[in-house]
Amino acid sequence: MPILACQQLGRTLPSPESRTLLEDVSFTLERGEVLAVVGPSGAGKSTLLRLLNRLDQPTSGTVCLNGTDTRTLMPRELRRRIGMVMQRAYLFPGTVARNVAFGPRQHGQTISPEEIDSFLTHVGLAGYASRDAFTLSGGEAQRVAITRALANQPEILLLDEPTSALDEAARHGVEQLLESLIRERHLTCVWVTHSIEQARAMADKVLALEAGRVSAYGPAAEVLHA
Amino acid sequence: MLNHFLHSQLALGIAECIVTALVALLVMLLARRRAPGLLKELPIAEIRGVAQIVAVGAILAFMLRGPQWTSLLVLTAMMLAAASIVRKRAKRIPRAFMLALTAICAGAGAVLAIMIFLGVIPLRITMLVPVGSMVIANTMNTQSLFLDRLRGEVTSHVGEIESALALGAGADAALLPYLSAAFRACLIPSIDNIRSLGIVWIPGIMAGMVLSGASPLFAALYQFVVLTTIFSASALACFISSHLVTRRLFTAQEQLVLR
Repeated sequence: MPILACQQLGRTLPSPESRTLLEDVSFTLERGEVLAVVGPSGAGKSTLLRLLNRLDQPTSGTVCLNGTDTRTLMPRELRRRIGMVMQRAYLFPGTVARNVAFGPRQHGQTISPEEIDSFLTHVGLAGYASRDAFTLSGGEAQRVAITRALANQPEILLLDEPTSALDEAARHGVEQLLESLIRERHLTCVWVTHSIEQARAMADKVLALEAGRVSAYGPAAEVLHA
Repeated sequence: MLNHFLHSQLALGIAECIVTALVALLVMLLARRRAPGLLKELPIAEIRGVAQIVAVGAILAFMLRGPQWTSLLVLTAMMLAAASIVRKRAKRIPRAFMLALTAICAGAGAVLAIMIFLGVIPLRITMLVPVGSMVIANTMNTQSLFLDRLRGEVTSHVGEIESALALGAGADAALLPYLSAAFRACLIPSIDNIRSLGIVWIPGIMAGMVLSGASPLFAALYQFVVLTTIFSASALACFISSHLVTRRLFTAQEQLVLR
């Protein structure tokens, strides 16, 4: 059974806008697979991710997580199980440690300082736990955002162009970090990216979107070769 | 100076209104670059304000001869009008009229009822309507400030709020920091009013009571009573509003509506 299965997923804005953002998107994702979502700006890539963790409401189609229709799950439970890293870090006021512990705390779990240190060491931020989150550089902040999402131990990680707001040097570092995390932890990811090279290097499957519809879907080698 | 030229009380009152309205306009004209929209709003607000207060004066003059319960009608009408004004400030917040009306009725209504029950505010039209209107008006201002500030906080922190939701936080937890900021900001003027009482300003009620022959000490104590009543009503209304507003800013699926 696929860990994630989308069937004819779509979203149309209510009137007066009545604009279709995404239409008839279907795909499946097996555990440990990486699906790259590519396409031009405005194609509906971010919309797709927001429908998967229901930050926006689909107006058609279904999303199944391990065979369970996500409409039957509480939004909080769904979002704990499907984590997300956005284009910008959007850290919360307070220390880095407080940011990392935020997700588990929402579900009544405590995360020890040692665990936080271990998480941070793993993303190249050893000794950052007590730092004020607002004093970090863009690249450091995005590393904290990735750590914060992983602290929830999600079954699937949604990456919404997590390096697009970073400068060249920081982008390279964060991309390398994500690649090593995905390989080491066998993370199941849906990765929205503009970079065909990145998709070729990391993705098992590619979903290409254009004007809210699927223009190509299949194994990365096939889609990117065509 | 005006009383040298105008000898009837009514003519003097009208002239004073015109002069003070012009002074307010002049100030806004000087500061027009800071907030051009307010310069257009002020004349309308002034004309509306003077028409309303004169109408209320006429109604009060009429009511003084009528039964006590009519004051409740006036206070209810004031609450409806206050909620309607708050709704205009709370643009983009869904169902803001009912939100404001519930908060104002519960906040101002409950505090006024307690004060009447305890005998702090006498159940006389001449006391209930002016004091009640002050409580309602200040509650309305605080509500406007609260919802306006909250809307600003939310629209400028959409990323943070949705990040919290995406980490599995509930709507209440995701909104809490911005509710707290708005709650604190809207009550600062009321707290400062109490703090500066007698030092920075001597409010109207005390001045009026002293002018009409009451003991200055009693007038001072009563002024404190009125201000703390206003604060309690404002804070209670905002507290209620802060609970009701979350359900208006998020869907049942905990998706942020105001973006």
